[in-house]
Amino acid sequence: MSQQEIEVILSRHLAEHLAMPIFIVDPEGNMLYYNEPAEMILGIRYQDTGSMPASEWSTIFQPSEQNGTPIRPEELPLMLAMMKRHPAHRRFWIRGLDGAQRQIELTAFPLVGQADRFVGAIAIFWEISE
Amino acid sequence: MKATLWGTRGSLASPGPDTVRYGGNTSCVSVMGSEGTLLVLDAGTGMRCLGLNLPPDLRRADILLTQLHMDHIQGLPFFAPLRRPGVEVHLYGPASTTLSLRTRLMRYLSPPLFPVSLRELPVELHFHELPPEIVEIGEFTIKAQLIIHPNPTVGYRIESERAALAYIPDHEPALGAFTFPRSKEWTSGFDLAEGVDLLIHDCQYTRAEYRDRVGFGHSSLEQALGFAKLAAVKQLVTYHHDPSHSDDMIDNMLAKTTGELRPDFRVTPGMEGLEIVIGS
Repeated sequence: MSQQEIEVILSRHLAEHLAMPIFIVDPEGNMLYYNEPAEMILGIRYQDTGSMPASEWSTIFQPSEQNGTPIRPEELPLMLAMMKRHPAHRRFWIRGLDGAQRQIELTAFPLVGQADRFVGAIAIFWEISE
Repeated sequence: MKATLWGTRGSLASPGPDTVRYGGNTSCVSVMGSEGTLLVLDAGTGMRCLGLNLPPDLRRADILLTQLHMDHIQGLPFFAPLRRPGVEVHLYGPASTTLSLRTRLMRYLSPPLFPVSLRELPVELHFHELPPEIVEIGEFTIKAQLIIHPNPTVGYRIESERAALAYIPDHEPALGAFTFPRSKEWTSGFDLAEGVDLLIHDCQYTRAEYRDRVGFGHSSLEQALGFAKLAAVKQLVTYHHDPSHSDDMIDNMLAKTTGELRPDFRVTPGMEGLEIVIGS
């Protein structure tokens, strides 16, 4: 496997040092990395999943509205940030792989590197405990 | 191909009795191909001597800048071919997100920092912004890739039919990594250096110095050896020596660190004037 783009490597390094849950995808939407705080919300360790195709992560956590209506993958903020190349934000529910249902708020933004290279997207999210 | 080191010092030119063997000039390396194509890697103060050693009838110069910090561009206006009318000069290097390569270079090559402006040079100047990653020059295929260093900075992988060289003079691949080296996929510069015959790499600090200079954009000798091992290079040339390091200090660093780590590849001290032929 060849090396990740430098902006993605630096993003991962930053995420490893932050206490905020962060999730990083490549330009095709494939999950490349999530940090330890994200593991707490997603209910599974990154070491146990490794990278994950977009088709898998966008459904495996069963994103839904408060009333249980499923959210289609293309409506998720991270997918919108990728497809439209601008930030996106949404509050919704997920089911972690530990079985727990959690309400989260998530902001996603595209990663555009030097020379306008689109190299992926990042989601920062947090659990709503109200 | 033949690589010649015209400047090996990092950050600041450091001439004097304590730096005679490793040299005091800043980054500049020439690469000559078997078909006669000449590449100039960086334009530090070592570039002046290179220019004096080139044939006066040279018609084309391809200058590949890794970045635009002063120690990598200060020799540019003193490069003799740039003062010869009609010479075709191709300058490659990173733009920033808002400024072109030409504009960024003009900040140095214009008053008050320098009396002569780029536009006053009699040569035929061509600017090439990097990335895009792959450039073909003569018999060379050159890959440029952004690497970890403050401000946009690229490293180069130069391949000919018979040899491959990587030039990464300013590089801090260990920045932010809890362990180093980590996997190939998550290591800055890996694609450039993988399996090359010759890696010319930043080895600016001792392990102790690095602890106080995290984020400055450079590597310790230990980190450079770790990076070279990960990339499975055949030979490492230590480069971008700290301006405060005397010849004896660099000798001691190399002896101590290679003695501890026992690399399974050749480690060559990067000294000014050193010539290395690969792929012959």
